[in-house]
Formats: sequence, C-alpha cells, structure tokens
Amino acid sequence: MSFPLPEPTPLSQPYWDALGDGRVTFQRCRKCNHAWLPARAECPECLAAEWDWQTASGKGRVISWVIYHHAYHDAFKDRVPYNVTLVELDEGPRLITNIVNPDAGIKAERPVTLKIEDEHGVALARFALV
Amino acid sequence: MRGKYVIAGIGHTKFGRLPGRGTVSMNVEACRNALADAGIEKSAVDALFVKVPTSRYQSMYGQTLAEAMRLQPKVGGVWDQGGATNISMISFACMAIDAGQCDVALVALADDPKTGTREAYEKAWGDDAAYGWFSIAAGYALTMQRHMAEYGTKPEQFGEIAVAVRNHGASNPHAALRIPLTLDKYMESPLVVEPLRRDDICLVSDGAAAVVVMSEQRARELGVKAPIKILGFGQGQTSYDVPLRPVLTETMAKASAQTAFRMAGLAPKDIDVAQIYDCYTIAVMMTLEDYGFCHKGEGGKWVEGGRVAAGGELPINTSGGLLSETGMPGMQLVMEGVRQMRGTSVNQVKDAETCVVSNQGGIMTTHSTMILSRQ
Repeated sequence: MSFPLPEPTPLSQPYWDALGDGRVTFQRCRKCNHAWLPARAECPECLAAEWDWQTASGKGRVISWVIYHHAYHDAFKDRVPYNVTLVELDEGPRLITNIVNPDAGIKAERPVTLKIEDEHGVALARFALV
Repeated sequence: MRGKYVIAGIGHTKFGRLPGRGTVSMNVEACRNALADAGIEKSAVDALFVKVPTSRYQSMYGQTLAEAMRLQPKVGGVWDQGGATNISMISFACMAIDAGQCDVALVALADDPKTGTREAYEKAWGDDAAYGWFSIAAGYALTMQRHMAEYGTKPEQFGEIAVAVRNHGASNPHAALRIPLTLDKYMESPLVVEPLRRDDICLVSDGAAAVVVMSEQRARELGVKAPIKILGFGQGQTSYDVPLRPVLTETMAKASAQTAFRMAGLAPKDIDVAQIYDCYTIAVMMTLEDYGFCHKGEGGKWVEGGRVAAGGELPINTSGGLLSETGMPGMQLVMEGVRQMRGTSVNQVKDAETCVVSNQGGIMTTHSTMILSRQ
C-alpha cells in the first residue's frame, strides 16, 4: 500500500518546488492575463504559449466540499471520514484540497488561508478556515 | 429533419452479472434482438455506431464488432462521450443518413463493469489523489453539496427522485434491482461520499443494448411494425474536470435541450413522460432544471409530492433507469422512451404522446437530448 503521491512533470515541477518553499503558485498568461491551474503548456483562454509562474496570496474561499465515508484507496482507510474541498484562490485559479480545521464548519463561500502540510515528505497545499 | 427519422427496433441482453461473456458477444446479442424487433434482415444494415466500453478501452473496437457480425459498414466507428454517446450516435446516424452517407444504422453499446473492471468509476484524479480525491461519485457529491448550499436543496428532495425511480424499477421484470424504496429507507441509506447516500447512486451492471435507426420512409418500405419518430436532438459539453467549471450547478444539458426542443418545435410543457439520466439523483435534479421543467435551484421543491413518480405530472425513468433497471450508461432510457411511445411500457403513462430522453457522461461533462413522438 503506497500513498498516491504527486508525480511532477517537467511542466508541473515548478508548482511542487514552490510548495516546498512555502508558496502556492499559478500560471498567468503574458498575452491575455488569464490565470490558471493545474499546469498546462498553453493558456486555455487565448491559447498562447507565453506565461509565467506567479505566487498567490494564499487567500481564497470555499466553492464546495465532500466528506468521504468510504475509502477508494487503502491509504485513506484510516482517515475516513475526511473532507476534500474545492477552493478558489483570490487570483482565480481553483484547487482541490483538504480543510485542516473542518470542525470550524466548512461552508460555501467561507474564506480560507493557505496552510502547507507535509504528506509523506511532499508539501501539499491544504487550507484553514479563517 | 424533424420527424423524418425513426427508431425502428430496440434490443438488449439480460442486465446484471454476465461473467465471461465479453462486450463483443453482448453487443452482438443486443444487435440481433434489435434487428428482430425491427423485423429486418442484417443485410439492410450499412452503418454501425458503437460506444466505447467504459470498462476497457480497445482500439478500433467498432471494427472488431463489425467483424463479429460480418458487416462492412459505410459509416461507423466508436464514439466516446461517456453516457451521452448513445443519443449522440443516434443523432449522427440520422445526419449521416440525411446526407446520403448510409441507409440503415445499428447503434450499440455493451459494458461489463460488474464482473470485469470498474476502475473507470473509482479512479484517482491525477495528482489530486494526494488529497484523497477519488471516484466519479465524489465529483457528483461536489456538485450536489454546492446545489444544497446555494439553493437550500434538502436530502429528502433527492430522495423523492430515488423513490420514484426505484419504485418504477420494482415493477419491471427486466430490472436488476426490484426492491421498492420509501423516503424513510432512503434517509437511512448510508452516506458514501457525503452528501451522497448509497441510494443516490446507480447500479453497476453488465449488459448491452442496441437500436436500429432509419428514415421513416425506409421503415415503411421495410414493413417495420412500430417505428418511433425522432422529433429533435441536441448536444452540449463542458470541462472534463468538475472543479474547473465556472458554475458547478449549471451544465450543458441546457444548451443540449434548447437545441433539441427548437428542432422539435416543442417546449418542456409539451412533454408527457421523461427518461432522465440518473447515474446520481443530483444529475436528475440539475437536468430537470436545465431542461426548463422548473427554474434553476427550484428542482428540490419541484420534485416534491410525487411529481416525477407514476401517476405524477411528469413520470421519469418508467422502467427504473440507472438506479434500478441497469447501471448501463444510458441506452435503457432510449429503449424505455421508445416503449412509452409504442404504449408497451410496464409503467405506461396513459395517452403519452411525447417523451424526452436525456443521456449524459462523465460528471455532467457531456450531454445529449432526444425528443420522441408517438405520432
């Protein structure tokens, strides 16, 4: 039973490296200013291939969430019930994440702030309810 | 093209556990039964549209199936829109016939996730698996939670849908699950990925189904006994990843239905019975809203009081749908639409003249709509 760790590609490596440095980053298009995640080679808005990695403020809000009562992977068997939450960063891109303090009450539109945590030696972008 | 093309025949295998059959054999049986139902010979068929088996992708699968039936189609191949594929393939068949590319089409799907692999349904979503993000069910749960948060939709209202559909299935001798459901039992149903309960989730089944598509004129020439006219169809697609949708509670079901209703010259108020893709009850709720049977966010209230149950204003999934007839992705809804228009459903809606059928795939990623008519 191995934990399903991320498998960075040359394209997404900077994202994971930045998380290791304590920052959540996203891509922004040099042509049309569109911001996005997850990593891709072309801007999904204007299709240009010129973009930069930028550091996000780490602030965002809850769009929706679920609570797993069933583990689809052995590595999560002793974690149920656990939450998976969709967060939209203030800059626009969205992340699948976990809320680290769910007892505070996960709600749609509730503000959250970045709380990077170590998971089997990899830095993950988790969030805390503010 | 309104009313110019028909579904001339329908056929299927048993639903449930069919270990060791394989999808090619199941597809052939469904096609054989559809041809027999249409009352036509295989030699009349010159097009073969096939849905890729969800459980296991195979290259050039359409030609594998053609070979198993000694067919040399002029038009065909495999299409992949998940559960939306069936109606989309029927509409492509109509358009191909209309363009003079072929004459009589078989449209088929087979799948064996029950005794084969169900990896497609329980998969990890890329690197997000590190956060525990797995399964198709969770994607639906995410949209359901947002619907509840945004519009105050209650679990009992999703239960109304499950109860109506399950009870339709209970009276269908072909249904894989024939245990009726009450609202109380629904509420006791265990949470799987909250807010989804077990009874919100469709079956996992082996099986196959096929339909024969041709022009209304050709059906007359071939002496087809009960052809059912297709009045309209339409499609719509959105992002593969649920999290990337601008608004979680809106889908391209709306665009799909608008195209189909415009082609048919009808409005939701003209529909007598509906077969709504019910892989999860939230999919039904959002489809009813996006189709315009009620306003966005009002689906919960709208389904209350048995409105979608037998005897209600708009009975849905009258053979039991994905929740109880078979988990097969969508063709059972097409077949039941045809039965309702023929007047041969086990839960026949009296004097039903029109039926809308929805098919959708992924997590409301793809959508296809078809409107059938008795006349």
